[in-house]
Amino acid sequence: MSVYLAFKEVWRNLGRYLLFSLVIALITILVLFIAALAGGLANANKQLIEKLDADLLVYQENVDLQVTSSRLGNQALRELRRIPGVESAGPLGFASATIVFDDSREPLDISMVGVEPGKPGDPALIEGTGLRSRRANDAVIDVSIARQTGLSLGDRFTLRTIQGTEEEYYTLMVVGITDERQYFFQPSIFMPLATWEKIKPQAAPASDQETIYNVLAVQLEQPEQAQAVVRVIAERVAGIEVTDKQTAIEALPGYSAQQSTLNTQQAFTLLIGVLVVGGFFQIQTLQKVAQIGVLKAIGSSSGSVALAVMLQIILVTIIGVGIGALGTLLLSLGLPGNIPIVFTGASVIGALALLLSIGPLGGLVSIRLALRIDPLTAIGLSS
Amino acid sequence: MKAALRTEEVTKIYGSENASVIAVDHVSLEILPGEFVALVGPSGSGKTSMLAMLAALLSPTSGKIFIGDEELGRMGEKQRARFRREKLGFTFQANNLVPYLTARENVELMLRLNGQLDKVGKARAQELLDRLGLAERLNNLPSQLSGGQQQRVAIARALVHNPEVVLADEPTAALDTERAFQVVETFANLIHEQNRAGIMVTHDLRMTRYVDKIIQMVDGKIQQVISDPAQIEAVALTGSLVSVSQPVALPDFELASNRIRFSEFAMSAA
Repeated sequence: MSVYLAFKEVWRNLGRYLLFSLVIALITILVLFIAALAGGLANANKQLIEKLDADLLVYQENVDLQVTSSRLGNQALRELRRIPGVESAGPLGFASATIVFDDSREPLDISMVGVEPGKPGDPALIEGTGLRSRRANDAVIDVSIARQTGLSLGDRFTLRTIQGTEEEYYTLMVVGITDERQYFFQPSIFMPLATWEKIKPQAAPASDQETIYNVLAVQLEQPEQAQAVVRVIAERVAGIEVTDKQTAIEALPGYSAQQSTLNTQQAFTLLIGVLVVGGFFQIQTLQKVAQIGVLKAIGSSSGSVALAVMLQIILVTIIGVGIGALGTLLLSLGLPGNIPIVFTGASVIGALALLLSIGPLGGLVSIRLALRIDPLTAIGLSS
Repeated sequence: MKAALRTEEVTKIYGSENASVIAVDHVSLEILPGEFVALVGPSGSGKTSMLAMLAALLSPTSGKIFIGDEELGRMGEKQRARFRREKLGFTFQANNLVPYLTARENVELMLRLNGQLDKVGKARAQELLDRLGLAERLNNLPSQLSGGQQQRVAIARALVHNPEVVLADEPTAALDTERAFQVVETFANLIHEQNRAGIMVTHDLRMTRYVDKIIQMVDGKIQQVISDPAQIEAVALTGSLVSVSQPVALPDFELASNRIRFSEFAMSAA
């Protein structure tokens, strides 16, 4: 009965309901793109740290977990490796550089990451042999660099950095390709720490003094014992701060602010969706007061009338969200590759679930109205 | 014969104790199957409240209403909705039909509500619509029908599920005189044929031409019940109840014919 009435009404007023589904579709596109943008921006920021084969990260003390402010030396590394429960630890040095070409290819800004071969931080490979020597001019490049520049295994390429006030050029060979590992909106190149030390931009040319790097990636024997190990590290190693990866990611510059801004936008868009659906069906139901009064007077139960309204809301929402999801898919295929949008299964499903709930949520007011319409209105009386 | 509808001292009081209005005041009446009754009276006479109570849309403050063997006062909300769709048929003044259903679908809606939309039911709906001259309009939406056609669809809907009592609220309010007479005549014929009890609330006394009984309400009470065919005809012709409120009907033919002339004059003036 409710199904019959709900569908007949939609069918005979197809234009109106379709138009409204389109409004929901637009809201859907907006919400999905915001989610994708949030995902893309988050990735651009955190991908490298997220993919680190480490359970803990060690920073210098009092730097608020800022990678570039943190400076650690050999002593910290030695002390850390002696802590019971620590499987291994690897130094990580971060800097920026530019790949330049002698042909017409555009220079590409990248994150250069110094690692100790075989230690945490040395990335897993898609292909190639990887870093083997601690001093060689070898590099593992992230697959997006390979895609953008056409570099492949065995190729040599030139990195440009500033040493003192001069531009210096270094030639490295591609010995491995890893998956995408963006850091700070730049794709990454991994190289031995000593090479990194030599190449990285600095005020004065590198001396033979101790290598200073930024953070330590620590692998534990038993990751579930992290809390205990963190306590021991804090007791035995001076001048450092230990944290897990998630905390480290949230401390990335701008990361939390960016994510919360986008999440707020998404929440507001959803809220607007609820209000729009609510408003539409409220007006729709208000226009149908007399009609609903007659339906109830001739013996339809309040429940079946309200159920019909709810079915329409659900139908219109599902169609709208469906059109929106399809539209988003088509749009994202047509977008240029440099827009940082990433559709992850979890975020899309989450957003779709929220979007599907805005209809019924927004419709609650009109359901209440439909339930409360008195059949007496059919004969011009009100209770 | 057993009454299809019977009320005992039905009273409806609106408002609180210190500011109450008595809309219906101890009304007792009886309507037999196959009897078509006009419920008339000025606005504020209580006829609409009376209709609402007979329609199980409003509970009386006191008194009892029986339709068939069932007493309405004992029913809860859900039971009353069920009762309305099974035992009652309705036509309303306006917004009668579901706007997104065709003429046929509007009539069949009643059967659908009762889970009776089978071959027999469909044939019955078709037959009623044919009888009401709507054979060519079956698949038209209400917006494509004239006011008179809409009222006739409503009549078919009111009868299609074999209700015990048919209630019509001002069925002719939106129609011109000629169509109004046609609609009421068809309605009366169907009620007689199908042996239903029919109640029509109307303010237009000319529409009483086809009824078996006129119940006049004034100030919530039954002022008079007219069941003599000659008297009813006089009321319908004159469009007035004044002459028949005397104990003896039509005391003077000449006077009555004067009234007829007067009422014709009034009609043409209007």
